[in-house]
Amino acid sequence: MKPIIEISKVRKAFGTVEALKGVSCDIAEGEVVCILGPSGSGKSTLLRCINQLERPTSGIVRVGGEIIGYREQANHLYALSNRQLAAQRSKIGMVFQQFNLFPHMTVLENVIEGPVRVKKELRAASIQSALQFLERVGLADKANAYPSQLSGGQQQRVAIARALAMKPSVMLFDEPTSALDPELVGEVLLVMKELARSGLTMVIVTHEIAFAREAANRIIFMDGGAIVEAGKTGDLLGNPKNPRTREFLAAVRH
Amino acid sequence: MSKNDLNTPDEYVFVRKIHYGRYLAVALIILLLGIIVRAFVVGKIAWAVVGEYLFDRDIMAGIVNSMILTVFVMVVGVMLAVTVALMAGSKNPVLRYTARGYMFVFRSVPILLQLLIWYNLALIFPQITIPFVVSVSTTQVLTPFVAALLAFGIAQGAYTTEVIRSGLLSVGRGQVEAAASIGMTYSQSLYRIIIPQAMRVIVPPLGNETIGMVKYTSLASVIQYREIIYSAQSIYFASGRVIEMLMVCAFWYALVIGILSIVQGYIERYYNRSSRGSAAGEADL
Ligand SMILES: Nc1ncnc2c1ncn2[C@@H]1O[C@H](COP(=O)(O)OP(=O)(O)O)[C@@H](O)[C@H]1O
Ligand SMILES: [Mg+2]
Repeated sequence: MKPIIEISKVRKAFGTVEALKGVSCDIAEGEVVCILGPSGSGKSTLLRCINQLERPTSGIVRVGGEIIGYREQANHLYALSNRQLAAQRSKIGMVFQQFNLFPHMTVLENVIEGPVRVKKELRAASIQSALQFLERVGLADKANAYPSQLSGGQQQRVAIARALAMKPSVMLFDEPTSALDPELVGEVLLVMKELARSGLTMVIVTHEIAFAREAANRIIFMDGGAIVEAGKTGDLLGNPKNPRTREFLAAVRH
Repeated sequence: MSKNDLNTPDEYVFVRKIHYGRYLAVALIILLLGIIVRAFVVGKIAWAVVGEYLFDRDIMAGIVNSMILTVFVMVVGVMLAVTVALMAGSKNPVLRYTARGYMFVFRSVPILLQLLIWYNLALIFPQITIPFVVSVSTTQVLTPFVAALLAFGIAQGAYTTEVIRSGLLSVGRGQVEAAASIGMTYSQSLYRIIIPQAMRVIVPPLGNETIGMVKYTSLASVIQYREIIYSAQSIYFASGRVIEMLMVCAFWYALVIGILSIVQGYIERYYNRSSRGSAAGEADL
């Protein structure tokens, strides 16, 4: 199957800190991939390089065959304008650890913001489909509430609906449940499992091993800015080859 | 003695504490106010003349001119401030240092001095020339209004930059990233996401600066701009009714600023609407 995300030789340095030391991997269409690894191993940076919230120091990322951030012409890569880069990003959904809902807008306004302002869809049509996405995350009744009136779990589900409303070809999740109280984690994971079943391509940074086991097709384990081990969910979790993977899994299971 | 012998609460008389200090303070304030009012009533001030000039045509034109100048100055000041605040946050060092330099220069020179320099700019540059287009004498362009607008607007911009900048910084990085992740450009996120949230931080100090500017416009009387103090002076140079005319000015300033304070309160409430308590918010679902 043709990969929808192709990451090749991506390096990212912050000053002298090498957050990514040349990472390559492909993700197929419809695949659900979980990225595991200790804190500081470069998981967020890798995710953020996919939609160019961080520009890689070197290497390229392709999504749907297009190089992100550049236009390709006769062996040259020309940096895209802000507008062109924004257009590419509109096809890559992202869900953040801290939700990052727009606090001055209601739930519904949050969800239609992208379709109306970026895709220039009609407001009435956007509201129609926004309500369907809110239904899907179980929050249609909160359409007119402000984010500050919702629990963390509800806010994160709105953030998922906001990303889905752009009808992205892939969705990136950066520790979507790490900021949540334990009793609210389940409702968010439930929504994500449902999305995974629907065939959406998802790349998920998470510490929820049980969720990864259930939802992921494949697992990537990162450490020290590199992919240490990757493989089918059952193989990697059941029979990790690399000692660092084993050590990490042993630590998070207890 | 058994427990039942104690009084129940109903059997007691509760005696309130008396705030002697407060009563004393109130008495003193009333006394002081009385002395001041009496002093002004019996003093050499013709209140009938104050009343007579309160709605004088020149006075009314003066206060209107003060307000027109304030509005234009604040528009120029805020536009400059937004530009310079964005420059100050730029990754380009030339833009950043230019912003710093502008803020330093126009905040360190007294506003009255800046006003006089702009008004007397013709002494340095007698002609303003745009090659092949136009050449005019500087005094024709720098009328009192234009000189005051430039002097106050540019100086106000230097002060307001700090206000706008702290407003923009009050909006977290996560907001810009979330906007970028749904495909918004930076300028779209500026108008839709950052500025609306920054307003909560910006409006209160900006309101105070607007109110301050209403009062600062009185300085423009020294360059013959026809604001209210200039009108009052023109009248009292002829009639000798100095203190009466100054009272008229004080009345109009207090009225305008009182109204502006009320408007400011409404605007602040508008920008705080999304942070209302959940009970109030649920009700209007
Ligand atoms: N904006 C940044 N500036 C400087 N260093 C950063 C920045 N973002 C990440 N890093 C560094 O890069 C490394 C990887 O970080 P990150 O990708 O956030 O790890 P993870 O998500 O796996 O915890 C860490 O050492 C972190 O300190
Ligand atoms: Mg992280």
